[in-house]
Amino acid sequence: MELFIQLTLTGLTSGAILALAALGFVLIYKSSDVINFAQGEFLLIGAYVIFAMLTQAGLHWTFGLVLTIAVAVGLGVMVERLVLRPMIGEPIISVIMVTIGLSSLLKAIVSTIWGNTPQAFPPFIPSEPVNILGATVGQDRLWALVIAAVLLGGFNLFFRRSREGIAMRAVADDQQAALSMGISVKRIFAWAWSIAAATAAIGGALVANIVGVGPELSHFGLRVFPVVILGGLDSIPGAIVGGLIIGLLEQYTGGYLGQGLNQVLPFVVLIVILMFRPYGLFGQEIIERV
Amino acid sequence: MLTLNNIEVIYNDVILVLKGMSMQVPEGKIVGLLGSNGAGKSTTLKAISGLLKPEDGEVTDGSIEFIGQNIHNSDADDIVRKGIFQVMEGRRVFEHLTVEENLIAGGYTRREMSLSHDVDMVYGYFPRLKERRNQTAGYLSGGEQQMLAIGRALMAKPRLMMLDEPSLGLAPLLVREIFEIIKRINQEQKTTILLVEQNANLALSVADYAYIMESGRIVLEGHPADLRENADVREFYLGLTEVGSRKSYREVKHYKRRKRWLS
Repeated sequence: MELFIQLTLTGLTSGAILALAALGFVLIYKSSDVINFAQGEFLLIGAYVIFAMLTQAGLHWTFGLVLTIAVAVGLGVMVERLVLRPMIGEPIISVIMVTIGLSSLLKAIVSTIWGNTPQAFPPFIPSEPVNILGATVGQDRLWALVIAAVLLGGFNLFFRRSREGIAMRAVADDQQAALSMGISVKRIFAWAWSIAAATAAIGGALVANIVGVGPELSHFGLRVFPVVILGGLDSIPGAIVGGLIIGLLEQYTGGYLGQGLNQVLPFVVLIVILMFRPYGLFGQEIIERV
Repeated sequence: MLTLNNIEVIYNDVILVLKGMSMQVPEGKIVGLLGSNGAGKSTTLKAISGLLKPEDGEVTDGSIEFIGQNIHNSDADDIVRKGIFQVMEGRRVFEHLTVEENLIAGGYTRREMSLSHDVDMVYGYFPRLKERRNQTAGYLSGGEQQMLAIGRALMAKPRLMMLDEPSLGLAPLLVREIFEIIKRINQEQKTTILLVEQNANLALSVADYAYIMESGRIVLEGHPADLRENADVREFYLGLTEVGSRKSYREVKHYKRRKRWLS
């Protein structure tokens, strides 16, 4: 039973962080049809920036986190303005190729500035283990779970209630119609990229807090793909549920069936689910009126 | 209120679609713009609302003036803020958003924090939308989607509403209902309306003034009553012959039948 609780909590934590990274990915795909291969690097940059803020600049973690988010938003806007806006009107596949180039570029920038060796992270969230129902779990994981949950809940409200959030979903549905009601599509794209970069950066900070910083953090970004395909590429709730499912599955298989298998089983489940729901669990079906 | 002066629109740098198009829309009126397929009606609306750019179209000559301001190179969102709202052809509702979210998206440019008052105003005109406020817009019927598209325009409180073929693909009874509401909006909200239609009879029944367009320019204009008397309009747009009876296609059929018989 303790093992089960422990696995569940660990799974939920890594799932929630995955969901944060996936949220940005879904947002970009939804509003502009672009698959952003640089999402993992956004996470990497977030982790390193907060690392620099805390160790090299010696800031308190609250300032550090706020500054990291600011840097990420800046990065998102910059990428949109410099890399993507000139690509408007080009085929989507070229834009996707550009994001692959972008991911190499960002990775190279990070290793030029901070080097390639993994470094320990000064934990800004206390990591003393706590006892929950008999299971011992690191406090940092619980905090990561809480932070991710609050953020995801907040974004969900943003997309359902706020005018800007609804406008973003409207652009995803029909760009020209959105344009006809005065919604600036350029501005919405900038929003999407900066929110994507910011959520990924927060995810990066949370992961770094648990495992330290290193270039392999960007691989975390690769795990976003099964999450979004499972949840549905264009669904925000799908990103959250998909993240949690993948996170939990990895932990359960790792704990009960042995290490190694946990890398494989999530993909097996992914294939099975796609066989029954090709749009993903929550993906938007194409609406056809008959 | 709105004046188009001799405008020319070119698509993809080569295709000349509007060739010296001029028209005027006076404040508070309903103006009809009629014409057959490909005459350039929708292009005219897009030239006004700034929606040509995403389609590689460009206004290359002439001027578009709205309340004394030249708007011909403004961005679409600026033009909406100035008070011109185009309801695009084919309804174009946001399929995956609910009815109410569609309405809120329509009010995107409004400065007020709360739009609930305006949402209620739209439900006043279209009670059927209120029943379906939390439904996904993609599953509404065609008529309801057209109501939603007009409601979305109302949310922006435009001074000039441009409707592109609101009757397209709808049952005649529904079309009548929608046109009555358009007339009410014009009277109660003081919204000026520019109405593009292929259904000439219908458009002439609500418009205060009408223009007829053919291959990129205005060929005829006048009050609906005068246009109805015009022999060409009767023949080509209303489907009536000189005597006023419906045109007979029996001759054509007869000819065809005979031909088949011979072979």
